[in-house]
Amino acid sequence: MTEFTPLAAVVGGTLIGIGAVMIMLFLGRVAGISGILSGAVFASSWEEWGWRVAFLAGMIAAPAVFTSVTGQTPGFMMPGTTAVSIIAGLLVGIGVTFGAGCASGHGVCGLARVSPRSIVATAVFMFFAVATVFVSRHLIGG
Amino acid sequence: MRIVWALISGLVFGLGITVSGMINPTKVLNFFDVAGTWDPSLAFVMASALLTTALGYRLVLGRSAPLFDAKFHLPKTTRIDPQLIAGSAIYGVGWGLIGYCPGGVVPALGLGRTEPWIFVAALLVGMAIARFTRNQLAKAVAA
Repeated sequence: MTEFTPLAAVVGGTLIGIGAVMIMLFLGRVAGISGILSGAVFASSWEEWGWRVAFLAGMIAAPAVFTSVTGQTPGFMMPGTTAVSIIAGLLVGIGVTFGAGCASGHGVCGLARVSPRSIVATAVFMFFAVATVFVSRHLIGG
Repeated sequence: MRIVWALISGLVFGLGITVSGMINPTKVLNFFDVAGTWDPSLAFVMASALLTTALGYRLVLGRSAPLFDAKFHLPKTTRIDPQLIAGSAIYGVGWGLIGYCPGGVVPALGLGRTEPWIFVAALLVGMAIARFTRNQLAKAVAA
C-alpha cells in the first residue's frame, strides 16, 4: 500500500514542470530523460555530452538535497525481485529507444507541445503499464 | 555556464520526482493497479507537470532562441509509425513490471541503494541492443 498524496503530487509535479521549462529556456532542449540518458552514454561530441551529464548529475543530487532541506528520507520500496528488475530494465531500454521517449519526454514535454506522436505514445505505454500490472497482480500473482 | 544551468534544471526536475513520491516504484505501480491498491498520485503529478510545462513553453517558445544556445532543439519527427507504437508498448510492459521509468529511476540513483543501479545497467543494455538492431535494420533496408 502507498497512500494517496495529492499535495505532494501537485508540488512535485509543478517542480518537474519548472525543471522542464528551465532546460528549454536555457538550452532549448526537451526534458526527455530517456533521450538525455541515452545521449549521455552514446553521445559522440562534447556539445551533446556535457549538458546531459550535468542535468543527470543534478537529478541524482536531488534526494540528498531533499533530505538536507526536509530532514526526511524519501519513501522507497522495491516492488519486485532483482530478476524482474533486470527484465523490466531491458524492456524499458528497448522500448524507449524504438518509441523515442518515455513518461517525461512524451507524457510531459510532448503533450505540452500537443505533439500527435506523443499523445499516441503516452496512450499506448499507459495502457500497457496498466495491463501488465493487472496481469501480474490479479491474474498470475494475487 | 551551460553546464551550471543544466545542472540546476536537472536538480529542480529531480526534486520534483522526489517530492512527488515518483522516486518510489511501488507508488508508481499502485497508480497502474486500478483494480487493487490504487493510488491516484501519479495522475496529479502528470497533470500539474503538464500544465506547468504547457504554460512555460508558451512563454519560452515565443522567444527567437534559448538563453544559452543559438536555437531550440525540438523533435522534428511527426510520423506515427509501427516503431513508435511497438516501442511504447514494450516500454509500457517494462514500466508496469517494476514501476520504473527513466525519469523516476535517475533520482533514485542518489538514494545510496544498489537496486536502482541494477535497473539502470539493464536499461542501458536494452538501449544498446535497440540501437544496434535499428542500425542493422536500416542497413538491411538500404542494401
